[in-house]
Amino acid sequence: MNRTNPGIVAIGLAIAAFLLAFLVVPVATVVYTAFSNAEGGFTLAHFSAFSEISLMRESFANSLYVAGMTVLCASLLAVPLAYLTVRFQFRGAALIHTLGVLPLIMPAFVGAAAMQLLFGRSGSVNLILNDAFGFTLPLMEGLHGVIFVETLHYFPFVLLNLAASLANIDTSMEEAAQNLGSSGFRLFRKIVFPLALPGYIAGASLVFIKVFDDLGTPLVLNVTNLLAPQAYLRVTSIGLEDPIGYVICVILVVFSIAAMSGSWWFVQRRDFAIQSRGGVSAPLRRLGPWQTVLANGWIALVMLLVLSPHLGLLLLSLSKVWSFTVLPEQFTLMHYATVFEDSTRMIWNTFLYCGLAALLDVILGTAIAYLVLRTKLPGRQLLDHMVTVALAMPGLVLGIGYLRTFRGVELPWFGPLTASGVIFVIAYAVRRLPYALRSCMAALAQIHPSLEEAAGNLGAGRWRTVRRIVVPLMMGGILAGFVTSFVTAAGEISETILLTSRESLAPMSYGIYLYMQSIAGRGPGAALGVIAVVLIGVGTWYSHRLVAARAPRDVPGEKT
Amino acid sequence: MSLARLTLAAALLAPALGLADTVTVVTSFPKELTTAYKKAFEAKFPGDKLEILNKNTAAGIAYVREQQPGSRPEVFWASAPDAFEVLASGKLLQKVDSGNAAIPARVGAYPINDPEGLYKGQALAGYGIMWNTRYMAANKLPVPKEWADLAKPVYFGHVATSSPSRSGTTHLTVETILQGEGWMNGWAQLLAISGNCAAITERSFGVPDGVSNGQFGLGLVIDFFGLAAKNSGMPVEFIYPSMTAIVPANIALVAGAKSPEGGKRFIQFTLSEEGQMLLLQKDISRLPVMPAIYAKAPAGYPNPFSGAIQAKVNFDTELSESRYYVVVALYDQIVTFRHKELAAATKAVWEAEKRLAGKANPQLDEAKKLVFTPPVDDKQIADKALLALFKADKKDETASKQKAKVEEEWASKAKANYAKAVELANAVK
Repeated sequence: MNRTNPGIVAIGLAIAAFLLAFLVVPVATVVYTAFSNAEGGFTLAHFSAFSEISLMRESFANSLYVAGMTVLCASLLAVPLAYLTVRFQFRGAALIHTLGVLPLIMPAFVGAAAMQLLFGRSGSVNLILNDAFGFTLPLMEGLHGVIFVETLHYFPFVLLNLAASLANIDTSMEEAAQNLGSSGFRLFRKIVFPLALPGYIAGASLVFIKVFDDLGTPLVLNVTNLLAPQAYLRVTSIGLEDPIGYVICVILVVFSIAAMSGSWWFVQRRDFAIQSRGGVSAPLRRLGPWQTVLANGWIALVMLLVLSPHLGLLLLSLSKVWSFTVLPEQFTLMHYATVFEDSTRMIWNTFLYCGLAALLDVILGTAIAYLVLRTKLPGRQLLDHMVTVALAMPGLVLGIGYLRTFRGVELPWFGPLTASGVIFVIAYAVRRLPYALRSCMAALAQIHPSLEEAAGNLGAGRWRTVRRIVVPLMMGGILAGFVTSFVTAAGEISETILLTSRESLAPMSYGIYLYMQSIAGRGPGAALGVIAVVLIGVGTWYSHRLVAARAPRDVPGEKT
Repeated sequence: MSLARLTLAAALLAPALGLADTVTVVTSFPKELTTAYKKAFEAKFPGDKLEILNKNTAAGIAYVREQQPGSRPEVFWASAPDAFEVLASGKLLQKVDSGNAAIPARVGAYPINDPEGLYKGQALAGYGIMWNTRYMAANKLPVPKEWADLAKPVYFGHVATSSPSRSGTTHLTVETILQGEGWMNGWAQLLAISGNCAAITERSFGVPDGVSNGQFGLGLVIDFFGLAAKNSGMPVEFIYPSMTAIVPANIALVAGAKSPEGGKRFIQFTLSEEGQMLLLQKDISRLPVMPAIYAKAPAGYPNPFSGAIQAKVNFDTELSESRYYVVVALYDQIVTFRHKELAAATKAVWEAEKRLAGKANPQLDEAKKLVFTPPVDDKQIADKALLALFKADKKDETASKQKAKVEEEWASKAKANYAKAVELANAVK
């Protein structure tokens, strides 16, 4: 089973070549710049310069604080939500899961801008508070504003991964515990949560890393004392040659790798695999009447918060004038007309690029997960580590790396690579690959190898086993990976701005960004944002339905 | 040569023959403006296709630089005159001879077109103050007239500005104040205004956006942001303070473009009466460079040729360019990245002033001096070595180390001064 055959080697090499060209080389350029002096020789001067700047030390501490707090807050939101909807009889659980993904599909800067209108200094909430009680809450100010927005934006990572993990746990474990008298919080703490830990850790480490190097949200909230904004400000205002910007990038990379390997080591040192996944899963439990009220109240509160940026965006897209009032004063549909007249091309581009990128991601993700967890291919861990690096790369820097590395490369049919749609697909696929890979890894880690061994004993070859046993069992994770890749790519902005060479090639997020840069354009920008949210929301919901139809047991919330 | 002549003839005939040219325009202007020009231009020249490439000014320069000759975009179109100087010194611009004879050579004392003929003024822009009337009424704030007003205690926490390192137009505003008031006074004013700010926004558009939706009361903006918001029905007003400068926003043909003839056609179009008229559209609201257009403008439209805008400052582009890197780095080190501390110190000073109710107090004077004095004085800013250090090659190790050291000195001095000022001001009884 574990012998390395030529097919495996070929697949491994192909993936390695892809990652080498589109990830390692651009990243290497960045690292090289951080360590090289004017003559191209090795130097540590840039790092010592970095450590001598108090602003950099402060930014470093702030970044750690914001990322850590966001993980904590996101867990507080996501864990109860995942547990309640997967384990208990709940009306509309699928709806909750779909809605829970929504924050991810909204570009961070749009979400933050919409939340300013509701929670900002003169946002609806503060205007009401000020009228009624004479005080306001600084919800969107400083580091805590960033934590607030990031929590709402990134908690779906924990929710998605944890829900997939929970759904994969054999409920007989819980039944056994219940038979032995365990229930309620104790059952969750002792049995359910530890078994679902791979999913939780995967989600939490993702949140940490994304927040650690997120650019859009701090910039919209005008918080600059964080590492990623500092890197961006140095690179864009001082120039591409500024070494400190590259030093920060190297630090971001190092930290992300540390966080990832930490979570990896944690999952590895314990055995989470469960042997039996077949059989009939236990019926969903019922909550007591009080519990139901509490649970519903909690979910309603969370959903209200989660949907608030969307609500703000919807109101903005329908409003003619919205200034210093709780709600817009005049409503209009003209912004939608503007969008449909000018920007249908952008909507189509988003689907094309993000769909292809996500497809590429799950194919690569499944292949890499399999190579890493199920073969002894030499250097297989390296693939995983290479993908992890993609997470840590600010899109801006990777984008610059692409433009530099592939300048002048011509493709048949498409013309210059950097001026074609292909570059978007590649850029999105590379940076979203880690999400897909984490989902695929978590899904595969939960399948006990004995299932494959059994198939092997019954005479199935490796490919047949992968096709008939492994992939179907992983389907929940694969789809979660596809959806995560797709929706986050649709909201990506920093790479997109850099790589857009013509407006006719631009995807929706670029359009929203463009519109949002003008007073009269905020309405059309918001309208385009609403269309994006609706289209992708429907897509997500449909993919849940799809999995439900094919493998009912794998989908949280579809068991009625 | 006959081939060249043939190409020329073909290019000249192109619009008549309906030969297709794609004209790519790199610009930092908002979508309303570019869409209006795209529609009008394509209607007039059905053979041409206009591709808009929206980038902020700095990114636009980098983009033009990185393209190979022959595949570069045709036209560069942006506000900051410095940007065109940078492109010109990089030999990236090509002279355009034709123009519009109805456009004068100067506005005030400032030349509208580049003396070398490499770029042309396409619209005019002044800098001013924009405010939200509802916000002002709700917070009972007086209407400001001058930049100096924004440095008053009453506006604490109500103002917004962007950072000059992030926005070319904010840099022009800062430089205008520095040139108008002189280096030391200018910084004292800038520090007080920034101390009064609720936020130093990352994008220049963050200011008009925040003022329009009522997040901030007042903001420092380029005129068309204020005028377009007002004309789109937002409850905002805009004024030019007397200490402002009127500077052209320019358009230029990029050297080594794919279809220079198409580019010339577009530039010509933007300078024609038809192109200038588009600037008056409500959601664009920019100032045309062709004086005759103002006769067709709605009543009350600001006219820089009539003397309605005072514009006391004669903007010195050379001076601005020579110290650009020092000014933006200094602003970031002592304001943008230390804004929390600066605002706290400003607040402490205003509160002490209020407690004293007009009485003189040496401790308060000391505190004010600490907060409102820049770490670089007027002698140091004239120092060629300092200017050269900030312009040095970024890969030069010793220079970048030394630069980092200088910046660190500014930052730590500012931080210490702000803390000391809070202490002193709070001790004032």
